[in-house]
Amino acid sequence: MDAIILQILNGLDKGSAYALIALGLTLIFGTLGVVNFAHGALFMIGAFCAVTLSKIFNLSYEVIDESQTDFLGNPLKVKTPYVESWFGPELGGAIIDWAVPLAILFSIPIMIAIGFIMERGLIKHFYKRPHADQILVTFGLAIVLQEIIKYFYGANPIPTPAPEALTGSFDFGAFLGFQANAVIYPYWRLVYFAFAAVIIGGVFAFLQFTTFGMVVRAGMADRETVGLLGINIDRRFTIMFGIAAAVAGLAGVMYAPINSPNYHMGMDFLVLSFVVVVVGGMGSLPGAVLAGFLLGILESFASMNEIKSIFPGIDQIIIYLVAIIILLTRPRGLMGRKGVMED
Amino acid sequence: MGILEVKNVNKRFGGLQALGDVNLSVAENSCHAIIGPNGAGKSTLLNVLVGKLIPDTGSVMFDGQSVLGRKPFEINQMGISRVFQTPEIFGDLSVLENMMIPIFAKRDGSFRMHAIESSAQEKEIIEKAEAMLEDLNMADKRHFHSASMSRGDKRRLEIGMCLAQNPRLLLLDEPTAGMARADTNNTIDLLKQIKDERDITIAIIEHDMHVVFSLAERITVLAQGTPLVEDTPEKIKGHPKVREAYLGEAA
Amino acid sequence: MFGLDKKDTTLLIIVAALTLAAPFLLNPFPTDSAMAQFNAGYPDLMQRFVIFGIFAIGFNILFGLTGYLSFGHAAFLGVGSYSAVWMFKLLSMNVLPAILLSVVVAGVFALLIGFVSLRRSGIYFSILTLAFAQMSFNLAYSVLTPITNGETGLQLTLDDPRVLGSSSTADGSIPVTNLFGAEMRATYEMVVGPWNFQFNTGYYLSAILMLLSFYLAIRIFRSPFGMMLRAVKSNQTRMNYTGLNSRPYTLAAFVISGMYAGLAGGLMASMDPLAGAERMQWTASGEVVLMTILGGAGTLIGPVLGAGFIKYFENIFSKINEGILHSWFSFMPDGLEDTLIALVYPFIGKGWHLTLGILFMLVVIFLPGGLVEGGQRIGRLFRRKKSGQETDKSTQSTPAE
Repeated sequence: MDAIILQILNGLDKGSAYALIALGLTLIFGTLGVVNFAHGALFMIGAFCAVTLSKIFNLSYEVIDESQTDFLGNPLKVKTPYVESWFGPELGGAIIDWAVPLAILFSIPIMIAIGFIMERGLIKHFYKRPHADQILVTFGLAIVLQEIIKYFYGANPIPTPAPEALTGSFDFGAFLGFQANAVIYPYWRLVYFAFAAVIIGGVFAFLQFTTFGMVVRAGMADRETVGLLGINIDRRFTIMFGIAAAVAGLAGVMYAPINSPNYHMGMDFLVLSFVVVVVGGMGSLPGAVLAGFLLGILESFASMNEIKSIFPGIDQIIIYLVAIIILLTRPRGLMGRKGVMED
Repeated sequence: MGILEVKNVNKRFGGLQALGDVNLSVAENSCHAIIGPNGAGKSTLLNVLVGKLIPDTGSVMFDGQSVLGRKPFEINQMGISRVFQTPEIFGDLSVLENMMIPIFAKRDGSFRMHAIESSAQEKEIIEKAEAMLEDLNMADKRHFHSASMSRGDKRRLEIGMCLAQNPRLLLLDEPTAGMARADTNNTIDLLKQIKDERDITIAIIEHDMHVVFSLAERITVLAQGTPLVEDTPEKIKGHPKVREAYLGEAA
Repeated sequence: MFGLDKKDTTLLIIVAALTLAAPFLLNPFPTDSAMAQFNAGYPDLMQRFVIFGIFAIGFNILFGLTGYLSFGHAAFLGVGSYSAVWMFKLLSMNVLPAILLSVVVAGVFALLIGFVSLRRSGIYFSILTLAFAQMSFNLAYSVLTPITNGETGLQLTLDDPRVLGSSSTADGSIPVTNLFGAEMRATYEMVVGPWNFQFNTGYYLSAILMLLSFYLAIRIFRSPFGMMLRAVKSNQTRMNYTGLNSRPYTLAAFVISGMYAGLAGGLMASMDPLAGAERMQWTASGEVVLMTILGGAGTLIGPVLGAGFIKYFENIFSKINEGILHSWFSFMPDGLEDTLIALVYPFIGKGWHLTLGILFMLVVIFLPGGLVEGGQRIGRLFRRKKSGQETDKSTQSTPAE
């Protein structure tokens, strides 16, 4: 029992990331009809927003402290981050420590701006081109974004810690009345899951309860009719692109402490997120979220030793295997609508 | 016994009865039109005829063989050719190539791996295709990029591609929809010529009365998924039920 | 000639001449000159040109003709490499059986994957092939270690149980790949004055196979089968209602292009007998997509151009470093020199992929027909200028068209 709970929990954080990226992909696909291969790069840029902010906070100046010496007898240089000198060591230290959560605020305008620029500057011109062209140009864009990040940040992963208060683990076993220490789970992953849930809930609420969202949903269902009503759907779709970019970016920001960001993390996630979108059903938002979590959890179960001893390597291929089976038996995916991308 | 026999066909979509007890017999070498107001089930019926939709009950026989559940290419090989509402041609290919493909299909069947032979050496196929283009008065356009032709020319080419296979039944789905008057008349003339010169059965689903009355020998009027009446054009014109259901508004 | 029309024969002869004379053509600069860094006429790089050329020609048969965009073609290349290395390990160091096996195994593998993937089209097909390739990569990396040697990659060892031939040579090293005794690595160096031209057996074997592949591709393009494949791309509905079953056509194209990839993989292993899982990764699949599009998808020569272009500039760009830039711009005033270098630097050396990505985007946006279309446009521009002058002269006598 506790093993099962542990695997479900383990699947949640990856599942959350899948769900968030897949949600954005689906928003873009559903509204603009564009297959965005650069969406993973947005996730990666989000993670590097966290890296950047944490680097900015750690910008320091050096003071030579005559009272202390290093082992060679030279006066010791003491580094003091500017933030600490401005806000005092206490508050300043806290700011540095909480760089990743603070990066959420920092990243939202950046991601929305990137989304707008991408849509207006590039994607807009590809609405009427074949899907293959959309895939190709966004694939090219993904390479470019990735290489830019690599140029500035290097090829190695950059560890970006979570706030110290959240670095411990939560003992689910004890909490649920099982054996203590049987099911322990890092706090940050819980935070990530909760964060993802809030974002997903927020996007759905936005689409469900605002007029803006209603129009977008109508546009997703039938673009032409909404256009005929004289509603400027294109501008709304641009905004949705920005939102989708922000969702991917936020997913990346919060993921930074879980996996140290590197420049190709976006591509790694993108391939899986596409699989998630397809399994969930192209164009279905609930499908994307559901499939994201399902596949995350499935992957985590497949990596249990008990299962691996029966099917060696199953953890490596389970997601692809599921996708292939789903695509062949239920081409519309779990929750896909009829007529979306069927040819 | 007609070449195409539709018996007791019913099709429901959820709560909607799209086709109710459709019986239809198309006589060999006749031109049979199926008309009806929007939503009468014309498209559904057409999709049943080409095996794309499987009816809940009933049968569709072409020359004594059931068409239900067959793939489009099998339907074609039974001798049914289909002309679409918007012309479906190979837009990236030249007009001559467009015409060669159906002739290849007729000769070689649904698949043949002739990967090393040269198309340019297929003299017989090219001759046939050029003769067909000649018949269509399109010989001068044979090296045109087909997507860049006018809609009327595309339609002409599409009909020609169907005829090149000598089908026994030609199914036309609103062949003049969205066409200018001149193109419509050209298409009517082409179809008349085909009817006169060839042993071919034509089934036409149409909206435009002008087209129907110029071509059809028998007309079935469909309303709310059921055949209302079937008769010759003269009788249909005067039929009170038809006037009421369909022509009333137009007459 | 060869069952081709005049235009295609000319193209084939030009490509053949360029390929066979490559050791000269790619080495235009004397060895000691400053420009020698732009030479590409050494065996390793020339082999890559033609091998990736084969890969791209094959990919183009699928994508260029049918429009099915596969994102998993590297899997076939990888499978080809593994098969070839196993053949070296178990049977003989002769490359012929190894290459044959890699083509066959890649073909069978393509048949399996294609049979499943081609049940869907459009983006679903792309994702299915991507999923299969990633799955193969993951398997090669982990569970299939007994066959693929996992992370390390499959290599020859001194105790390979080779049936024909010995496990090791008399001096205790691993025997080298050969074609009936002609060693693949054998290079004849021809020194002409300051030039040094290298003629490598492996390159010429690959080049001849590339020319054969290219010839076969021309035949396919010009055949009724090729016409059917273009019909698939153009309008599948019409195709099906014309009595043609599009599935076997696409499957045949998929298998053929998979076999081309297998041939490329087998050749790669023949030149350097090792095979690693990273050859199957989807970035490798992406590379062949780049080559084909950059050169011109759906054209005969495009993929070969694209492969050569990318491999050449990858090699040259990666070699340029800051020092070389400084020597180039040293004639400028200091401030300007530094600014220029700062501007150029991100795009060279390790930044080559950035240049490639931008170039690729530009091609997709402005030049969907790739380099071939670019060439045609320039050609037309010149012709128009010429004919423009002629019409100027003739306007007085005859009215314009």
